[in-house]
Amino acid sequence: MLTIRNGEVYDPRNGVNGEKRDLYIRDGKIVAEPVQGRTIDASGMIVMPGGIEFHAHVAGSKVNLGRKMRPEDHRELVFPRTEVTRSGVGHTVPSTFATGYALARLGYTTLMEAAGPPLGARHVHEELNDIPIVDKAFFLLMGNNYFVLKFIAEHDFERLKHFVAWLLQASGAYAIKIVNPAGVDTWKWGRNVESLDQPAATFPVTPREIVLHLARVQQELGLPHPIHVHCNNLGAPGNAQITLETMRAVGDLPIHITHVQFNGYGGTDWTDFCSGAEEIAAYVNDHPNITIDIGQVVFGPVTTMTADGPWQYRLHKLCGHKWANGDVENETSGGIVPYKFVRKNSVNAIQWAIGLELALMVNDPWRVFLTTDHPNGGPFHAYPDIIKLLMDRDYRAQVMETVHKRVRTHSQLPNLDREYTLYEIAIITRAGPARSLGLEHKGHLGPGADADITIYPKLDDPGEMFRRPRYVIKDGEVVVEDGRIVQDRPGRTFYVAPDYDPQIVPVIREEFARIYTVSFENYPVQLEHYLPRRETIPCGSR
Amino acid sequence: MQIDHVVCAFCGCVCDDLSVTVEENRVLEVKNACVLGRAWMMGHAEHREEPVARIDGRPATLEEGVEAAAQILASARYPLIYGLSSTTCEAQKQAVALAEELGACIDCCTSVCHGPTGLAVQGVGEPTCTLGEVKNRADLVVYWGSNPAESHPRHFIRYAVTPKGLFRPGGRKERTVVVVDVRPTPSVRAADLFLQVRPGKDFECLWTLRALVAGQPVDEAAVAETGLTLAQLQDLAERMKSCQFGVLFAGLGLTQSRGKQMNLAAVFLLVRDLNAYTKFAAIPMRGHGNVTGIDNVMAWQTGYPFGVNFSRGYPRYNPGEYTAVDVLSRGEADAALVVAADPAANLPRPAIEHLRRIPTIALDVQPSETTRLARVAITTAPAGIAVEGTVYRMDNVPLRLRKVLDSPFPSDEQVLREILRRVKEIRKC
Repeated sequence: MLTIRNGEVYDPRNGVNGEKRDLYIRDGKIVAEPVQGRTIDASGMIVMPGGIEFHAHVAGSKVNLGRKMRPEDHRELVFPRTEVTRSGVGHTVPSTFATGYALARLGYTTLMEAAGPPLGARHVHEELNDIPIVDKAFFLLMGNNYFVLKFIAEHDFERLKHFVAWLLQASGAYAIKIVNPAGVDTWKWGRNVESLDQPAATFPVTPREIVLHLARVQQELGLPHPIHVHCNNLGAPGNAQITLETMRAVGDLPIHITHVQFNGYGGTDWTDFCSGAEEIAAYVNDHPNITIDIGQVVFGPVTTMTADGPWQYRLHKLCGHKWANGDVENETSGGIVPYKFVRKNSVNAIQWAIGLELALMVNDPWRVFLTTDHPNGGPFHAYPDIIKLLMDRDYRAQVMETVHKRVRTHSQLPNLDREYTLYEIAIITRAGPARSLGLEHKGHLGPGADADITIYPKLDDPGEMFRRPRYVIKDGEVVVEDGRIVQDRPGRTFYVAPDYDPQIVPVIREEFARIYTVSFENYPVQLEHYLPRRETIPCGSR
Repeated sequence: MQIDHVVCAFCGCVCDDLSVTVEENRVLEVKNACVLGRAWMMGHAEHREEPVARIDGRPATLEEGVEAAAQILASARYPLIYGLSSTTCEAQKQAVALAEELGACIDCCTSVCHGPTGLAVQGVGEPTCTLGEVKNRADLVVYWGSNPAESHPRHFIRYAVTPKGLFRPGGRKERTVVVVDVRPTPSVRAADLFLQVRPGKDFECLWTLRALVAGQPVDEAAVAETGLTLAQLQDLAERMKSCQFGVLFAGLGLTQSRGKQMNLAAVFLLVRDLNAYTKFAAIPMRGHGNVTGIDNVMAWQTGYPFGVNFSRGYPRYNPGEYTAVDVLSRGEADAALVVAADPAANLPRPAIEHLRRIPTIALDVQPSETTRLARVAITTAPAGIAVEGTVYRMDNVPLRLRKVLDSPFPSDEQVLREILRRVKEIRKC
């Protein structure tokens, strides 16, 4: 039992905007009535729900290949073992223990792994289980899955729906992830698609059909999180148009478009490259069914890694850095290329501006979330500085002076005066992501919520403030004090178990042996072994 | 009783379609397995009369064995943990935790097989794919420095040569199979084309192929030393460029011969170049059943796939400094824990001599050269026969081992967990 007294509380979901409140915790949950036990005096401190890392690449075969590829990265940052913690290394692709501790020390208590293939789901879970403290879940790559494409091609929506439900359970996964729909399938032959109406290689279905059908499936299954879409043509000049088209393609169905910065470009090539954020933000502002996360660029080294194989190859050709590709039978691909965002590079500078523009131009903070697409745009430990950029226009102007001057002519950033408030920061890093994920017990501090709480010292400099929480509380236990991990504990894994018609199983099994190299019986993840601390998040039509 | 879909953890193929008949806790029959997997499954019970532990050769209880092992490790100043390629990921995680607790060096069999591949990946990356992509798509299959007919007997039929796949309904007849090696191995029988390279000249061949693929002029005389003619190399380059989906399986013949990591870098660069013309992938032919697992566990827990030192309290990596052969041959380690490997049978002599000099602890499912020289030897239950757990196939696909019968012995994981618990107690005192 724990009481947090007298803090300045920011709890947007419950409309609490900086008022002094006492919080009571019993059995890992927030409760309404006072409790006995330890009291933390939070006078002069800011109290928020624990942060939600909404989209990061932290676990699974692609991430681990990134680690294997980059010993030069790991020497940048080391985490010696302590009395309570394991050791680790890694700047942009940290080892698992380091990932959990680093997130917790930033005040983050929930983590979404952004992309895992069903065939590699055990690997994803093995790593998630080794990421301490935070609760987690992963998004399942489906936008180029053989059976998904096949059932769409056969106009068999029922089978598509039951297959998706079965696959989510078989993988212990949380949401439908779509990456470069049809394009990744086409990459299996070394090519890509470039428009929303260009068909995939294996079946004649288009990105438009894939996105629309999976959006409908998500609704019919009542999955807690909308389809999570990495659009086509990622990284390419002018790709804002296909992003807009993708949004239009689903009509008013819920959709989340991820790391929009990487898909928010104007121009036609690298010479006239410019921001396309304004048009996207305007569309998002008019369409309440859409949420986005920004995928902010952070200057410095990154490790780009996505399931978007053709994009990663293209980036390798552009920058010449080492390249890994990992095609997964019948499901997806994956690529890795180390990269460095440079202030004085005009394209990089505009990319940097676009993320900020999106955050500043989308009016409703409940529908735009703070991400770096870790470790693609930058490592998650840059969050405090990004928060400062959003909260302090003078600081923004100051940084703008240090980057390539094209930012001033090729983006709207110089014209944006908006400054985020602490309340809005609490929305884009906590309450908003929790709502989009359908995690009722996360991202707020009302009775019944998980007692995941971050307490910051109240400082004038938001960068400093968010860099070093005074206390971080997970499930009612103090896990971080003054930047030090004081208690190591495992988090839970969330997954969904939507109903499906068991008749789908023989249908899949029949074709499975022909196209896979593992037995159908060995394919589903054994939840009891790989999700030892699991929590089913209910589905239901909304 | 017949148990189906049994996963074989003997070699890197990790076939998961075995049917095992078990009566009275004995394996009577194994269907679908290759000669290696079958022998491994059938031979499981031969060592049941072994004591669970031996200390200085004398039978001991498990508790005594664990205690002796913990005492040795807790008092060592520079212990080495080595092996781990033929056990579960669950055991591997305990080994990493123990290494961290001890401030030890931890290294796995990778450093003496595909360690050079790991170095090449760090240098230039790795264009690869899962084996199902090969089955479904490949029309050109190249085995280079690898002899799967003897080392991975079902590789041909399950993954790369004969299986009918999504875009290869005709199976074998839709593929061209090339074997490149320094001698005609039994694998050559499965090939359409055999290219015999002069020993130690693989790099020159691979680099010449890069030049030919890029359309660079190559002098006939310059390739003479490779053992292949320019025409042969041109033919292979042309096949590589013009196939729909090519794959190059890289074996120990490349990683353990002159050039080592440079050979693998050449493979990855050649494959990378080829992706400008067609789709091409490279897959290292990993040997032991879960050597890919230990690479993965070490990479996600420590950041590095092998050759890790914890003496500063965090992982440091330096092949050549923290790798087992070097730590032993230089006489640095003052104690060793060997798990599921037999270094006394295959490391260089100076390393083996040092293992003999220092207190060595060995965990294995059967007596081996290493258990015989070990001060403490503990018999453990075989993973995939009597122990469940996770293994990674050579292409990083994770599978869960099934347990088909009971063993009188504990698992590697249990023993390592106990040693770790005891080491912590001793070090607290």
